[in-house]
Amino acid sequence: MAQSLTRLKETPSQTAGPYVHIGLTPNICEISGVYPEDLGTRMVDDKTKGERITVKMRVFDGTGSVIKDALIEIWQADADGLYNSPSEPRGKADPNFTGWGRQASDSETGVFTFETIKPGRVPFPDGRPQAPHISLWIVARGINLGLQTRMYFGDEEKANAEDPVLTRLEHQSRVPTLVAPRDGDTYTFDIHLQGEKETVFFDV
Amino acid sequence: MRNARPETGGFFQRQRNWHPPAFAPGYKSTVVRSPQRAPVSFGNTLSEITGPVFGRAMLGELDNDLTLNYAKPGQSAIGPRIVVYGQVLDERARPVPNVLVEFWQANAGGRYRHKKDGYLAPLDPNFGGCGRTITDEDGNYSFLTIQPGAYPWPNGINDWRPAHIHFAIFGHGFVQRLITQMYFEGDPMIWQCPIVRTIPDKRAIETLIAVLDMEATVPMDARAYKFDIVLRGRRSTMFENKLEGN
Repeated sequence: MAQSLTRLKETPSQTAGPYVHIGLTPNICEISGVYPEDLGTRMVDDKTKGERITVKMRVFDGTGSVIKDALIEIWQADADGLYNSPSEPRGKADPNFTGWGRQASDSETGVFTFETIKPGRVPFPDGRPQAPHISLWIVARGINLGLQTRMYFGDEEKANAEDPVLTRLEHQSRVPTLVAPRDGDTYTFDIHLQGEKETVFFDV
Repeated sequence: MRNARPETGGFFQRQRNWHPPAFAPGYKSTVVRSPQRAPVSFGNTLSEITGPVFGRAMLGELDNDLTLNYAKPGQSAIGPRIVVYGQVLDERARPVPNVLVEFWQANAGGRYRHKKDGYLAPLDPNFGGCGRTITDEDGNYSFLTIQPGAYPWPNGINDWRPAHIHFAIFGHGFVQRLITQMYFEGDPMIWQCPIVRTIPDKRAIETLIAVLDMEATVPMDARAYKFDIVLRGRRSTMFENKLEGN
């Protein structure tokens, strides 16, 4: 016998369930008056630096149906590639940009809409610049452990082609599952939980 | 607030066999919502290590009191009054301060205030079902609520959820994000539940069961349940190296 490590085990996950919006976005499910507004609704204000964009997301299940009871949180750097976080060692991020957003989808269409800015580039641990990206966390009924993935930008072909994460994917045919095409100021990102077009999810 | 170096270490690898697998057919909703390909891993970058901070200033006075935060003036929610409290730690057993803890639950009859919940138990006009708080410097949190009821749900023809409270916990890094459910000590329904049983290891399930704490009970007011939460731990960095070690 050796000494034991004084480590604890992470609390196991359980599904967010069908009523996650009661807890995390109560104002959109008719529980008003508890919080003045739902957290994560506004990422930008009129002083935020950077290019304003709209990101529209949808989540599809293995039958190809749009999921309408999910919740997505996003996390991204500011226009200069800095995170608005105490763990950001490189400098102070734009104080007018939270970097964090949380949305429920439209209950009819299943579309999530984030009003944000295009992020700058953030280095990989070895110093190479990553392509601009947004980190996602997806929870819903039927998802036992929150899903982690990233959205990259369709008009950043050059940066995407050298991105340290995208280039390490064994199956390069799956890279497009992480890239959102641009139309005007709007990027559209479809997430497929299963099937031929299954999105690349991360265990990081 | 203490002055402290920023934490910039990457997180320990998640022990995925301690968590429920994505595909757990006893819980039917997972069948078409579970990714089937292996998730891709890479070392944490700043995108994973960093995360937003939530200040206590955003909290309302009643955010951690579900008996009152939706109730009409002078009224309160119906049901057994309970205090739920605990400590948020990381896998290194260190308290995690300034963690946003959000919770939601059914009312005492097992009914959610949600248009998709058609269970015949009545709504309580004084109960909304959501609350939130932020851990203190030692990682502690607490809130007052009513004990939720068990309820049937469409899975098998006679599946019931044990009484539970949902928790969403926001640690310091975006990949520390965790969502889970708390159950109540002694509830025989726990071991029947297909959602509980998605977790393969009984010892893991036991960490989701809050324990009755009579010493923390408020006499003539509310019983107390303790529910500690463990978030992913992070490596110490050169910055954190102290002469006495980590």
